[in-house]
Amino acid sequence: MNTPASVSPTPYAPKYTPKWLVGLTLAAAIGIPGAILGAILLLTPIVQPATLDAITREWLGQDPATWYWRPWLGAGMLALVAFVLVNFGAIFSGMCVWYERRVAGRMQSRIGPNRQGLGGFLVWIADAVKMLLKEDLVPADADALVFRSAPYFVLLGFALTLVVTPFGQSLIVADLNVGIMYITSITALVVVGVLLSGWASNSKWALFGGMRSAAQVISYEIPAGIAIFVPVLMAGTLSMQGIAAAQGGLPWEWFIFRNPAAFIAFFILFTAQLAESNRTPFDLPEAESELVAGYLSEFSGFRFALLMLAEYGNIWVLSVIGSILFLGGWQIPFVGNEVYANLRGTGVLPSAAWFGLQAVSMAVLVVKAAFLSNVIVWLRWTLPRIRVDQMMALSWKYLVPAAFGCFVVTLLWEIAAVEAPAISTITGYVLTAGALLLLVLFVRQIFRNIAAVQGDKLDLSNW
Amino acid sequence: MRQTPGEYFGNVGRTVTSFWHGLSVTLSYLLRRPVTTQYPDRTPLPVREMLPPRYRGFLEVDAGVCTGCQACERACPIGCIQINLEKDAANPKQRVVTQFDIDEAKCMFCGLCVEPCPTGAIQHTREFEAASRSVRNLVFRWADPANPFPVYKVDKNAEYYPRAPLGSLMRAKLEARDWAAAAPQFLPPEPPKPPAAKAPPKPAAPAAKPADSAAKPADSAAKPAPAADAVTAKVAEAAAPAPKPAPVPPAAAGAAEPTAPSSKPQA
Repeated sequence: MNTPASVSPTPYAPKYTPKWLVGLTLAAAIGIPGAILGAILLLTPIVQPATLDAITREWLGQDPATWYWRPWLGAGMLALVAFVLVNFGAIFSGMCVWYERRVAGRMQSRIGPNRQGLGGFLVWIADAVKMLLKEDLVPADADALVFRSAPYFVLLGFALTLVVTPFGQSLIVADLNVGIMYITSITALVVVGVLLSGWASNSKWALFGGMRSAAQVISYEIPAGIAIFVPVLMAGTLSMQGIAAAQGGLPWEWFIFRNPAAFIAFFILFTAQLAESNRTPFDLPEAESELVAGYLSEFSGFRFALLMLAEYGNIWVLSVIGSILFLGGWQIPFVGNEVYANLRGTGVLPSAAWFGLQAVSMAVLVVKAAFLSNVIVWLRWTLPRIRVDQMMALSWKYLVPAAFGCFVVTLLWEIAAVEAPAISTITGYVLTAGALLLLVLFVRQIFRNIAAVQGDKLDLSNW
Repeated sequence: MRQTPGEYFGNVGRTVTSFWHGLSVTLSYLLRRPVTTQYPDRTPLPVREMLPPRYRGFLEVDAGVCTGCQACERACPIGCIQINLEKDAANPKQRVVTQFDIDEAKCMFCGLCVEPCPTGAIQHTREFEAASRSVRNLVFRWADPANPFPVYKVDKNAEYYPRAPLGSLMRAKLEARDWAAAAPQFLPPEPPKPPAAKAPPKPAAPAAKPADSAAKPADSAAKPAPAADAVTAKVAEAAAPAPKPAPVPPAAAGAAEPTAPSSKPQA
């Protein structure tokens, strides 16, 4: 109608995120993970006993064998590293929550959080602050001691895995010779925590959730444990760094493509670990349509934050295990394992070039783990939750026999590879080419899906 | 329940293909434009200007062409329009509109008031954004009780009525308002009646009647009413919190306060 122009004195313009907020967001998005990964890069080589002894000898002028404070120095440094690693878990889970919300939004034709900084990135910081400020409630008839302690079991089950999950060629707190076995055993603490929280909440929903979680995790540890043995057999070691060092930087040197059984075992392990970390489609323990929030129902405040931290932090652990065991881990293409030793130098601390190479290997691993985390988030918004009986059938009827089959085939394959080493190389090329072909077909399928809807096209706008 | 090998491996195959198709569908939606419109501040125009021209938003009254016929008040099915007419004190032949309140919180935007209006003084605008902290601030007052407007004399030969541009008055009102302004503390009281026992039962001030009939000090409850009347007018003007009239004794002030049930003075 005749709405006069004088009604709105200033010309209307859509509002956009102010420049300073864009700068702040970018600084946070790069600075926070960069700072925590940088701290890990600097600290993990220093806390190694050999380096600490060299520091004691050279800088402090003490004989490490007789110095009274030697264990205390080591313990202090380890406490510092533990602090950094748990913070890394918190930061990763926070950023993963933000990323998941954005991805979920777009997959459902929504936008997701987009007001708190560029792309809504700062929302996870706000979420964390909000959770810490909430009241820490304990239900009236709950078993208070168990209820209060349950989140720490879950957190411990997550945080202790970070001891042996590497961040780069030498960036690991302790390269245990039973590394992968240690992870499978220590993650059982998560089930203890979930069962305790379910039991102590004095709520039927929480109890159902805890019971389901126990049944699920124990079932899926079997296919996961057997699938883990495939790369262990191929590398001949249980150490995480040893398994990564047995692979190469290029895709056809990765274990997943070296052996057709390993290709299947990768997916078995991935599925089983999804179930162990209670992620969709296996999120029966916290099925919100049936059980409110399962074992999380009665938690609030900081304890809830700890449980969420462990849940999302397990995505990182899962991704790192997958990329170390099957996807070449931190191996940089065209850089052999001997290059690291040559660059180290003779000083108390390694040379700057060595640290640079470690940073590159860390970047390689982080990219691979981020890719796998992305797949996990993507799966969550693709698949519906499965029924309890389907979940059990999948584990016992499909994954366990398949994992056993992969195990046996790998045994035979390794015997054959000793006789004719070329078969692994040839399989590597063939399977890599096959995977590339699948990737191309998949991309084509995506574009066909978009073109199938009238008027839709590839469009990444509307943030 | 026995499964043939065909069923068993068929399940495996179907799982793989359903993953393939499911993942490609969700990823293809990741690459499309979300349908969400980012209201209110990232639209190309203000949303009120993108609405259809006959959208039934808030009602606007142009006092310049209002004949004071009260047809809109009678037409309103929920009674959200309140009109009062009085004779002008200076010129008894001239009638003035002392009150023209429209409660947009009650209005159901049916448009029945617009249809009988002889001059088009009351119209729907395309305004719809008037969130406010108190629902009482959604009463829009188109006549000023302190300064009533004279009714419009319809000129039979006129080809059109000199109405202000539709929406401009509403826009000016909305831009002048403060969304967080305090609500008026009490509704405009009735004009004072000299015999205290016959004080009308006001639904908004239930405490006033027992106060009047029961206790002598509450007789003064009716006295602050003229002062309060002027104050309410100011409230409507500036949407500011009403200052208490200074000479009112505390008991009477309590009686005039409808929202304070504990302030019955006869206790």
